[in-house]
Amino acid sequence: MRELTYAEALREGLRQAMTADSRVFMIGEDIGVYGGAFGVSAGLLAEFGAERIIDTPISEAGIAGACVGAALAGMRPVGEIQFMDFVTLTMEQLVLQAAKVRFMFGGKASVPMVLRMPGGSGTGAAAQHSESLENWFVHVPGLKVVMPSTPYDAKGLLLASIDDNNPVIFVEHKLLYKTKGPVPEEPYRIPLSQTQVVREGKHVTVVATSIMVSRAQQAADELVKEGIELEIVDPRTLKPLDDAPIIESVKKTGRAMVVHEAVEMGGFGGEIVARIASSEAFDYLEAPIRRLAGKDIPIPYNRELERATVPQVEDIIAEARKLARGEY
Amino acid sequence: MTTNSTLQPELIQRFHNVIEELGPEQLKQMLQDMHTIRAFEERAEQLYSLGKVHGTMHLSIGQEATAVGAANALQDGDYLLNHHRGHGHCLAWGSDVNRMMAEFTGKETGFCRGRGGSMHIADVDANNLGANGIVAGGVPISTGVGLSIKMRKTSQVCMVIFGDGAANEGALHEALNMASIWDLPVIFLCENNQYAMSMPMPKAFNIEKISDRAAGYGIPGETVDGNEVLAVYEAVKKAADRARRGEGPSLIESVTYRYKGHSKSDKQAYRTRDEVNDWMENRDPIKRFGALLTTAGITSEAEATGMRDVALGIIDRSVEFSDNSPTPDVAGLMEGVYA
Repeated sequence: MRELTYAEALREGLRQAMTADSRVFMIGEDIGVYGGAFGVSAGLLAEFGAERIIDTPISEAGIAGACVGAALAGMRPVGEIQFMDFVTLTMEQLVLQAAKVRFMFGGKASVPMVLRMPGGSGTGAAAQHSESLENWFVHVPGLKVVMPSTPYDAKGLLLASIDDNNPVIFVEHKLLYKTKGPVPEEPYRIPLSQTQVVREGKHVTVVATSIMVSRAQQAADELVKEGIELEIVDPRTLKPLDDAPIIESVKKTGRAMVVHEAVEMGGFGGEIVARIASSEAFDYLEAPIRRLAGKDIPIPYNRELERATVPQVEDIIAEARKLARGEY
Repeated sequence: MTTNSTLQPELIQRFHNVIEELGPEQLKQMLQDMHTIRAFEERAEQLYSLGKVHGTMHLSIGQEATAVGAANALQDGDYLLNHHRGHGHCLAWGSDVNRMMAEFTGKETGFCRGRGGSMHIADVDANNLGANGIVAGGVPISTGVGLSIKMRKTSQVCMVIFGDGAANEGALHEALNMASIWDLPVIFLCENNQYAMSMPMPKAFNIEKISDRAAGYGIPGETVDGNEVLAVYEAVKKAADRARRGEGPSLIESVTYRYKGHSKSDKQAYRTRDEVNDWMENRDPIKRFGALLTTAGITSEAEATGMRDVALGIIDRSVEFSDNSPTPDVAGLMEGVYA
């Protein structure tokens, strides 16, 4: 199959959604002539014009509000927040408006909007341009949270998110934009809330999100040489969460770990651990459920410090090996 | 202080064109609506004191002219977003008083099935996108609604009503600027009742008129007497016409006054009883408009007075409707979160 980068896959999804539906448009900072800070919308201005690829002033709350209002009034906006860190400036519109209007109005209105944003560290952008804040949104009823880990998922999940009639927080990863993978040319949808087993194995279940899925794959490639098989499970949609495949996997392997980049304390991993521990998989556990996640510090600038802050391939290898060998 | 009666001939002259434009039937309906809003608010307060209301409420008694003047300047299909002190806007918009009362009392037949309450009443089918519990929360949304209207190329406009307190929220700046640079059909109506909870306007602003800020966005700004229903109508109509012509947003400041406290537990230590009495006695919007219509020969005095009784009847029936309505079933608790 043809290969595209993660950024190209997103762009193709955006192009196909905008071609198919005149209600879909993009709005964000520097998404027009500049093509987006990470190039996702490059070329779309020429194709769709400034009326549908809307460059905004530096006004994140305004962007979020514009999406909420346009969605309430019949459009299907796709907003871009240049760095996930800046979503902090939009919280009122997302948490108190987008997420709640439908419920507050007795199930009457809907807010079909997608807000895309790149999270994650690894680019030396330091503490204010490297956040992984997805779990803030997981905590908010009314929002959906999607985190694609491959080019294939990026396109399929984006098209499904644009089709969805709810506000979707769509979390991309800066380091994934240039990674390549097979992507079909025709439009396709990956249904939201479908957790996927992305690699089968019998010894340790590794629940991973975003860039940690590819790091877990690399770890699995190494560990298989030692006879240790990882089963990698990617939730893809964090909220609403499809936990059945996770629980089934743990019943099979008896050992589980969660890997994500966001800070461990209060992170998504805690929810996964709780779901496993309170399910029938509990009886199958042969070891404690482990978490591997970001350290409880802001992301530092220096390359080595930055690297040491979030899980790397060798960390996953070490942790999974201990689990598989019964060292806990 | 100029009294109401000496003002009337001057006002009739001043609003001659508006009076012609609206015609006697609509003018009378406007006065009736102002009475109905006041009666709704008075009953709301009474129901609260009787323990029949679970939550809080923000009463707009004294501010009826802003709601009615503004709503009458718009058309079917236009959009409304308003704020927590929003019962009057919703009634003036023409939304069903029975379903409003039912929502206020938390019933399944309310506009929001009892999930929203006083602060979140919305009539989505009539493009009333709701009151908002967040000060200025509806303002960035109105910019998005305006963007949608512009992209869909309809002749609708969106009016967002916010208070003087909201004028100092940061999100409002972003929203006004975006609406301005894109010439969006939005009317930003600042209902300045002079106190942001306890904060008096002069302490929160270093300008005399909030509408002066329009200059910073390159849009028209106008301050009107918010207790003069025809002045509000005139300003909003002008802004709506401009918006429909594709010329962009306007900022209107409507200066009014709330007679009651901020919400249920306000001791009002920040203002004097004399100040409140002065507004009630000398600048009451209902008395004023009633006097104007009788002086102009549009209503008889008896007809104008009778509107109060009509309003009380409307509110009695709305309470009866809500009393006879079911409370929401807890079995449906999880409904309506996701589409």
